[in-house]
Amino acid sequence: MDFRRITAIVLRQFYLIRSSFSRVLPLFIWVAVDIILWGFLTRYLNSVNVTKFNFVPTLLGAVLLWDFFIRIMQGVTMSFFEDVWARNFLNIFSTPILVGEYLMGLVISSIATSSIGIAVMFFLAIFVFGFSFFSYGIAIVPFLLVLFIFGIALGIAASALVLRLGPAAEWFIWPIPAIISPFVGVLYPITILPSWMQKISFLLPASYIFTSLRAIIFEGNFLYFNLLIAGLLAILYLTLACLFFVATYRHAVETGLIARYSAETIS
Amino acid sequence: MGENILSVNGLTKFYGKKVAVDNVSFEVWRGEIVGLVGPNGAGKTTTINMILGILTPSSGTIFVAGMNIADKRSTVLNLMNFSAVYAPLPGNLTVFENLYIFSLLYGVKNIKSRINQELERFKLTDFRNTKCGVLSSGEQTRVSLAKALLNEPQLLLLDEPTASLDPSVAEDIRMCIREYACQKKCGVLWTSHNMLEVEKVCDRVLLLSSGRIFLEGNPTMLPRKYGKVNLEELFISVARQPLSF
Repeated sequence: MDFRRITAIVLRQFYLIRSSFSRVLPLFIWVAVDIILWGFLTRYLNSVNVTKFNFVPTLLGAVLLWDFFIRIMQGVTMSFFEDVWARNFLNIFSTPILVGEYLMGLVISSIATSSIGIAVMFFLAIFVFGFSFFSYGIAIVPFLLVLFIFGIALGIAASALVLRLGPAAEWFIWPIPAIISPFVGVLYPITILPSWMQKISFLLPASYIFTSLRAIIFEGNFLYFNLLIAGLLAILYLTLACLFFVATYRHAVETGLIARYSAETIS
Repeated sequence: MGENILSVNGLTKFYGKKVAVDNVSFEVWRGEIVGLVGPNGAGKTTTINMILGILTPSSGTIFVAGMNIADKRSTVLNLMNFSAVYAPLPGNLTVFENLYIFSLLYGVKNIKSRINQELERFKLTDFRNTKCGVLSSGEQTRVSLAKALLNEPQLLLLDEPTASLDPSVAEDIRMCIREYACQKKCGVLWTSHNMLEVEKVCDRVLLLSSGRIFLEGNPTMLPRKYGKVNLEELFISVARQPLSF
């Protein structure tokens, strides 16, 4: 891995964001709206429930973690889309850059860009709505780590899909978090899902995280085994996503798609 | 003539059953400018894309500085660069930002000084902080050429580099490239539809048609050998009746 080539990919993203208000705003505006909306909802639920149960760590905390996952995934895809929109594949992939370095550049760009949204999100949740990380204890670390790895994996897989199917496939990518959210049980236990949906849930690392989150809040239980499965699944998906991207890139070089990307298919 | 910088052997590319490049072999020597000419769809860009490593050949080998690109892609690509009229640099970045990013990608040392040299060489200093997207097509071509010389390549691939330039700027660019190739002993593979340009700038010309090299030789001597007045006349004959050659 050449650090300078990775820096080039990250720096490109920095230059673009620095000069474009329309790229800066989406970094935090949607997560801020989401946290404000769910923050007031939890505040309302806390005011009307008679059991004095605190909804902040279960509802607002879960939304916060889910938004964190979405930010990470979209951080990777947004950085990749810049090359799609600028029709830059020919220039980029005719340089000495390796596919692994390119992917690493996307991941670091994602960390850098999503950290802005995450900071805003956490600021609002903690200081405006009284969210506390102490509710989860040390478990917050593996929760965030698993969601981070899973977000990166989905971002890379989504980028590979667009590389394979062409620029028009971009619209496949944006709804991915919304499509998987019912299966991972962000706001409810997956046990209420029909059995076919539960089978899909068991394959998604995020569903173990939200189950563990509720176990800590409701029962004070730290589900070690759940976290282990979630971690292993996330690493498995990251590996598969990288392999998928490399295979897609090789296919694109084999068929000439890299050089004629706007054609979407070479046949 | 010394050692070759590029050696292409039996290069073939199929798209399905259609052959785009058919068993092409040639060499480019250090310091030599080789014109790759031929009608539209002859296989010039496909050949260049395979040398650039962005298109896998169906068969054949490509050696750059004695290294097989299939085995040492990253090392080989560090020794070369390219400019093509159909591959402008991202329009949403400034000239300097684009050149800085590509300097990092090519592992250029003393980046700012190298960028300034290329900006001066291609008369782009005034556009340093201008977004590439608002430049004229000729200015964008010059930015692309500046990018192509950033890493001081030993092999330069130019796909119609003067296509969008006015005659005066095109002449300046030809001189720039010629001077660079001579000074740095850089091999250049140059595609063009401007036969006058090829006669002026190239040491040798390869005439490609239907994916095959039909003729090869000195661009001023070759037409006479086949009873033609100039390269353009020879080009038209090959394009219309390749089998007669």
